[in-house]
This record gives sequence, C-alpha cells and structure tokens, in this order.
Amino acid sequence: MKVRIALTVNDEVHEALVPVHKTLLEVLREDLALTGTKHGCELGECGTCTVLVDGQPVLSCLALPLETEGRRITTIEGLADGARLHPLQQAFAELGAAQCGYCTPGILLTAAALLSERPSPTRQEVKEALAGNLCRCTGYTKILDAVELAALRMERART
Amino acid sequence: MTKNDFAVVGQPLPKVDAWAKVVGETRYADDLFLPRMAYAKLLRSSHAHARIRSIDTARARALPGVYAVVTAADLPPVKFGILPVSQDEEALCADKVRMVGDPLAAVAAVDEETADLACRLIDVTYEPLPALMSIFDALAHPEVRIHEYGDGPNVHKNVALQFGDVDAALVGADLVREDVFFFEGNTHLPMEQHAAVAHWTSDGKLTLWSSTQTPHYVHRVLAKVLATPAAHIRVIATPVGGGFGGKTDPFSHEIVACQLSKLTGRPVKIALTREEVFYTHRGRHPVLMWIKTGFTKRGDITGCHLRTWLDGGAYGSYGVASTFYTGVINPVTYKIPVYKFEGARIFTNKPACGPKRGHGTPQPRFALECQLDKAAEQLGLDPADLRRRIVVEPYTKTANHLTVTTIGLGECIDKVVEASGWRAKRTRYGVTAAMGSQPTGGSREGGAGCTHLVQPEPPSPKKPGIGIACSAYMTGAGTAIYWNDMPHSGVIVRADRSGGVAILCGATDIGQGSDSVLAYLTAEVLGLEPVDVQVFPADTSLTPVDLGSYSSRVTLMCGMAAIQAAGRLRDAIFKAVARKLEVDPAALVARERKIGVPDDWDKAVSFARAVELGEAMHGVLAFPGSYAPPKRAGKYKGGGVGPSPCYSYSACVVELTVDEETGTVDLRDVWIAHDIGRTLNPLLAEGQVEGSIYMGIGEALMEEQVFRKGLHKQPSMLEYKSPTTLETPEIHTILVETDDPEGPFGAKEVGQGPLLPVIPAIANAIHHALGIRIDEVPITPDKILKALELRRRGKPPRVGPERLPLFTFKDPLVVESAFGQPADAIGVRPFQS
Ligand code: FES
Ligand code: FES
Repeated sequence: MKVRIALTVNDEVHEALVPVHKTLLEVLREDLALTGTKHGCELGECGTCTVLVDGQPVLSCLALPLETEGRRITTIEGLADGARLHPLQQAFAELGAAQCGYCTPGILLTAAALLSERPSPTRQEVKEALAGNLCRCTGYTKILDAVELAALRMERART
Repeated sequence: MTKNDFAVVGQPLPKVDAWAKVVGETRYADDLFLPRMAYAKLLRSSHAHARIRSIDTARARALPGVYAVVTAADLPPVKFGILPVSQDEEALCADKVRMVGDPLAAVAAVDEETADLACRLIDVTYEPLPALMSIFDALAHPEVRIHEYGDGPNVHKNVALQFGDVDAALVGADLVREDVFFFEGNTHLPMEQHAAVAHWTSDGKLTLWSSTQTPHYVHRVLAKVLATPAAHIRVIATPVGGGFGGKTDPFSHEIVACQLSKLTGRPVKIALTREEVFYTHRGRHPVLMWIKTGFTKRGDITGCHLRTWLDGGAYGSYGVASTFYTGVINPVTYKIPVYKFEGARIFTNKPACGPKRGHGTPQPRFALECQLDKAAEQLGLDPADLRRRIVVEPYTKTANHLTVTTIGLGECIDKVVEASGWRAKRTRYGVTAAMGSQPTGGSREGGAGCTHLVQPEPPSPKKPGIGIACSAYMTGAGTAIYWNDMPHSGVIVRADRSGGVAILCGATDIGQGSDSVLAYLTAEVLGLEPVDVQVFPADTSLTPVDLGSYSSRVTLMCGMAAIQAAGRLRDAIFKAVARKLEVDPAALVARERKIGVPDDWDKAVSFARAVELGEAMHGVLAFPGSYAPPKRAGKYKGGGVGPSPCYSYSACVVELTVDEETGTVDLRDVWIAHDIGRTLNPLLAEGQVEGSIYMGIGEALMEEQVFRKGLHKQPSMLEYKSPTTLETPEIHTILVETDDPEGPFGAKEVGQGPLLPVIPAIANAIHHALGIRIDEVPITPDKILKALELRRRGKPPRVGPERLPLFTFKDPLVVESAFGQPADAIGVRPFQS
C-alpha cells in the first residue's frame, strides 16, 4: 500500500508516493535523491543515518516518514547556509575529521544539535553526545577536536 | 632535503575530497542510481557445511517484479580467488556450501524487497555434512574434507622456514621462555556495507562500480569468471566508506551483479546488509601461537622459534600470504640472530579470514611483545630498556633476509618513555608498588616532572598500570599478488594550456587520503597548490594500473610514480621556459605557481604560460610515471613474502586502570611514537595513527568474531562491540622522521603499523596493574576476574590457551641466517629512468 506524503526537508516541501513501510532513510535516499544520508546497519545501532527532526537527532532508519510530516527535517545537504558551510563542516574539513567520510553526515548533524543546545560543551559532553555514532576510521580524536574548534569559532562569532 | 625546502609537503592541509565529504556530495557505490536499474539480492546458505542436492527457482521466477534468477548453472564453471594458488571460490556454489552465508543463487528484481522475497521462494535441498568449527575439530576429522586441495586434510598451507641453528642458540641462552598465546578473530566493520552497480551495455561492454580497495584484481577476476575479454570490462572503484582490508578480495556479489545485468539488459545494483558483511568477512585470523625465545642476562635475544596455527575459515582468500605474515615480520624489529618459523593455516566452516589492518602481524606481535615483557620481569630489566637495547641496526638484513633501511625505533622508544612519564609511573603504579616492595626493574630514576615518586594511590578497586610495546610494518609488499614484471603503480600526469594539471592513477581512496597525497606530491614537484591538481583515480579503463589499497603501499608506490611523472612534466616545461628566458634549465625552479630563476624571479613565467611554451615545443604534455619495488626477495622458497621497500616502526605506551572487582579496563592515555620517514601531511598522518590505535583498542578489549553452531554469534553492530567515543582514550601522537631513501620525499607507511603495538601494550599494562597475565585477546572482564580468582586460589594468575593442536609441520627449509649482513641495493629498482 502506498501513501502520499509531504515532507519538509531542508526548508523545501517534497511530495512523494511511497509504500507505507518505507523508512525515512529510504525515502530520503531513494525518493528524494538526498543520498548524503548514509546507512551502516538499518537497525538503529550505528548513528550513520542521523538526520535532524525539529532540530533533534533522529535515526532515519527507524523513523517512518508519516511521523515526520509537518516537522522540519534537516539532512546533511541542508546543514550549510546556502554556499556558506556550517562552522562544523568547515572545522571537519580543516582538521581531517572526515577520513572515509561515511559516518560524517550523521556525526555532523548530531554535533550540530549538540551545539545548538550547549554552545560550549566540554570534551566529555561532546563524547557523550556522539557516543551513538560509530566511526571506524578516525579514532574520534579529530572529530572531537573539530567539534571543539567549531564551538569556539561560533562562540567568537556571537560575541 | 630539509623541511624548509618543501612548500606543500609537511603542511597540515585539508584533504582534497574533504569538502565533498562534509556536505554529503561524495558518491559511494550505494549512492549511484541509474535509469532502469534493477536491484539484486543473494540467497545465502543456512548450513555451515552441506552438499547441495537441488535448487529450484521456479517459484522465485514466477514472482511479479522478478527480472532474472541465477544459480551456478548460469555462470561459467570457473573458480576464482585473490591468490593464484588458492582458486577455490565460486560466485554461486554449485555442489557444496562451506559456511553459513555462502551464496547459492541471486535474483534481480524491480526493487530490493521483491528480490528479497524471491530469494525466500527458492527451494534448496541440502545434505548436511559435519561442520568443522575450530582448528582442533578440523585436524581431528581428516575424513571430513572442506576442500580437496592444500597441504593435507583441511590444511590449507603448511610452511616451515629456518634461518640458522635455533636449537643451539637456545641452549646457549641464560633464559629460555616458552609461551602460548591466542588471538581471537575479529572483523573490519567498515561503516559502509559493500555495494556494487554493474551495467553490461548492449555493445557488449561491462562497467562495474564497486566499493573495492582493489579494482585491478576485480577486473582480472571478472574477465576470468565471466569469460569475457578484460579489454571489454571497466571497473571503477567508488570512494570507499572504510576498507581496512575488508574490500580487497573480489566478491561473489560483484560477479553476480554483472551476470544479472547481462541477462536483464539493465544496470543492476547489489548492496549487502550489515549481517551479510559479517559473513563476507575476510578479517583477522584467529591464531594460536607458541613462541620460544632465548635471552642473555642483559636481554639480548639469542634465537627465536615461533609456531602459528591460523583458523582460516572456509576459503583461501589471502591466507597463504597471511600465514607467512604471522612469521616473517617479527625479525624486522629486534635483533634476532637465528630464527625458525613454522605456520599452518587450517580450513574450517566459518567465513573466510583474510587481510585486516596489519595483515597477519598483530597476532605474532602480541605474542612476542608479551613474551618480552615476561622476560624483562624475570631478568630484572625495565621493559623499555630491554627493547631499546635490541633494536635492529639500520641498513642491515634480518635473519630471514629482509632488508631494513632506516629505523627510528630507538628514538620512538625514547620519545614515548619521556612523554608518558614512564619511569616514574612504572615505579609508582603496579602490583609490586601496591604491595610496598620495590618493583622489578633495572632503572629507577624518575622521569620528567616526577617528584612524588612513592605517593601511595588511595585505596580503590581501580588499579593503575602502564605498559609498553613496539612494532614494525611494511611500506608495501615487495612482490605482486600474481607474478609479473610490470609496474606495481602507474601514474599519468597531463597539463594543458589552462595551467590545469590532471593526475590519472589507479589508486583507490579508502579514506586514507591517497587522492590527496597524489595531489600534494604533484603540486610539490610542479610548484603548484594542491587545488590546481585534479586527481582521477581508480578507473581501469582510464588510469594506469595500481595494484590496490592494501599492504600500506599506496603513498610510497603511487607517490614515487607521481613524483617521476610530475618530474618528467617539469623537465619538459623547464626546457621550454629555459629557451624563452635564455637560461640553463638547471637554473630554473618551480614554486608559487611560477617557473623562473630564483635570483631573477621578476622574469619568472606563470605556470600556465610555461605550459603553453611546453606545448608549443613538445606537443601534448602527458607523462607517465612507473614504480616497482626493489627486487629484494630472499633467495629461498617463500622469500617473496615480507620484503618491502622500507619498514615503519612504532613504540606505544598505554596507561590504564583495571577494576579488581568488575574486571573492567579503563584506558587513560595512549602515547605513540611512529617512525613515518617523512610526514607528508601531519593531519592525515595523525589521523591514520589515531584510527589505528582506536582499532587496536577494539581488538585488545572487546572485538571478536565468534560462532555458535555455524552461526555468527553477534552479526550486528549492537552485539559486535566496538569502541565508541567513550571507550577511546586520549591519544598522543609523536611523528619521528628518518627520511628513508626508498620513500617519496622520504616517507614510509602510517596506516597500519600503529595498530600493532597497542594490543600487547594494553596486555602488559594490565599485568603491571594487577600482576596477572591474559595471554589471549580480546582481554574481556571475565578473563581478568578469572585470573584474579586463580591467584586467590594460589594458582599462577594466567588466562590463556592451555593446549596446542597435534600437528606435524613440514621439515623446515633450512637457510643460512642473513642477520647483520649489510643491506644491498638501496634505491635501486626497475623503471627508474
Ligand atoms: S543505519 Fe540507522 S542507526 Fe545504523
Ligand atoms: S570517517 Fe570513516 S567511518 Fe568515520
């Protein structure tokens, strides 16, 4: 059975006709061609598929599109402000926090949610916020450094 | 050259693909969607060992939405495998399955769901055979044969090499230690599951996009198993979302996608599930080890004898190489005058093991480094001092005829000892310190900043400890997987009058940054910025062959080829500019996007103008670079595994606490010093070190690939425990530069070596904390509690393997030890001019 849905993704409304049981991850990637959202398990275990729904990190492999209708979905394609990169994106690129880059979209969005709630987190708080996002390449060190650098730059930009 | 002579090399630059990665633009294999594309699924065996009586696909074919169903009958009956000596795999099994997860049939359908459903409608009748799930099982049941080939029933490979008279060397030793260790298997767990898209177009040509580390080998295998000329096949490696060795074999799903595309006339995508990735595996071999080493009172090694038994799983994969690697690299680190190695790889009915980061060497490294720790304790020597004393001399050969060029291991040890405050902590922490007696150790002086030498720790179940270990790794295998005289890496560099430079190279970026390294080196040679260089990688129809992203070979081999190609381009341009400026070409330099004479820089011409002059003089500017390693294979059978242009070295100190009540280990800090030869980019180098340390921590403390009744016990990311941000400690990386004459601007590898020492360093630190020995990884809390319990009962506090297989190794091939002989032929290799 298919349903017609309207999703607000990265401030644009997308309409699609999709099977009811398709996950948000699948709809984003397959129906809306937003392939920046990745998957590592499709069972809610790795954090790779994280998107933001009303600013909160959500595992898109466990979410059903119907539940997100009328809510604001942000994917990695929507993290930059037009051509201006989010400070997190800038810091991840500068510090080598993306090696293979496969976990990067999910980690960037999780970190973005953290920084909007806690603009100056401690390293331990960053670790806790990212504990559900696995990365097999970096050993997390450069990721933590990059989140701290972005937080610092955002802080400076505010003052 | 000194650091200051470089413009690009040594700079902490972003990777060239960093921007695409942070905005989600990088297109991995599963991100490709082609018009009319069909989706494929594999039906996999539910039996660990069985004969296939029949496969009936009628119900699957009848399902609406199914485009094609294939079984072994639809493919040429050709077996394959990554090594020429182990052609034992089938894209779809014909007569027999050898593990749960073996592919039997495949479906292409309108969507994944339909393909999945159709697979469930395929009826297979099996005749179960006994499943052999361990080395002991497989050797105890020679009447059950997993394969018909090999060095004996269920013995894939049996090797024995002896360099000098080891027995005599052990007799003359002051201390002889005999220890037994076990290293459990574990898997790569790349975040990206393997995926491939095949398109066999109506002109008879085939393109395969795949998340592979070895497009060249996939290309060769496709030609063979599909009985199609290689010239009509194009393999493109998409950016790989993590490899670590897990994507270096040609796989069934790649072959099957091609065949389904041929049959349906559509592009076909196949994407493995996480569970399938666990069964696809090719990861770390479980290895049982026996090691006997003789020492003098001062800690010198008199000789070493190592035996390894590898649990290979159901197929050959890289196993013959893996078997050799469990024996051949240990002598590269410490002076071992005579050496004997016996190794055997056993077939079992489990997913095939293969190369994982460090390929075959973390296991014997664990054994040797833990044994050194035990010997140091018995001899009353500091474990860091003992190692420092026995470091191999530069530019010499090892007992097994490997040439060591530069070696910065001594400096690495000094650096981590100092940075970690080793000496003070060694005295202050540890079971002997806690008991109020002096710890065993030769050296007592406090380290930097140590003024409270005997401050007692407050009573707590968490006991601190500090441990050390070292390692070495190859910078690229010295011989190719199939015997040939051609380059291992090739590069074409082209420039056009726009001033743009393109690099075409078969190298595959798996996140390690090979595209970036190619851009950096080319930019360095041509006086450009990396952004001026476009890298076109890993396309078998366009790019010169590179053998693949394995054995830490890419930076060195592709790097040397790129330097040669870019150097040729530079020479051609210099000739033209020299004529224009009426100077000697030798007076010119390329820097800041200009070419000119340093003393007359105002007259320097822009790079784009220089290319115009060059094009006018020579025609189109495109130049090849080729690299093949120096020919240094030992002159004995098996001497081809182990040689490398140069070796990297690491020393690692781990500080941790162990909770005596729960057995949990908390890592506090890891210090690692790595001899990288030359740092091409400190950010990328540190990233490789940090990733290696992290992965080693997972192997040391939690990761294990274990089975119950043929089934993987934990085929999901939740059950297969790997370190998160919370389990990963602070990592302090020190890069040591030795400027190796074999490497690009002196560089050696950094992607694998740093994983090796962290595992034994953790084991040694746990011993320091509690006085217990866990001779088996992963070191889980239950093993720690068991060792403590043994001590309470007055038994030796050791947990580890208790028995060895009954197994007869071959008579060894006896060769003279080459230990200490001067290295030959430094910097001499094919294709140099
Ligand atoms: S893909 Fe959603 S959590 Fe792993
Ligand atoms: S960068 Fe590869 S998984 Fe995180």
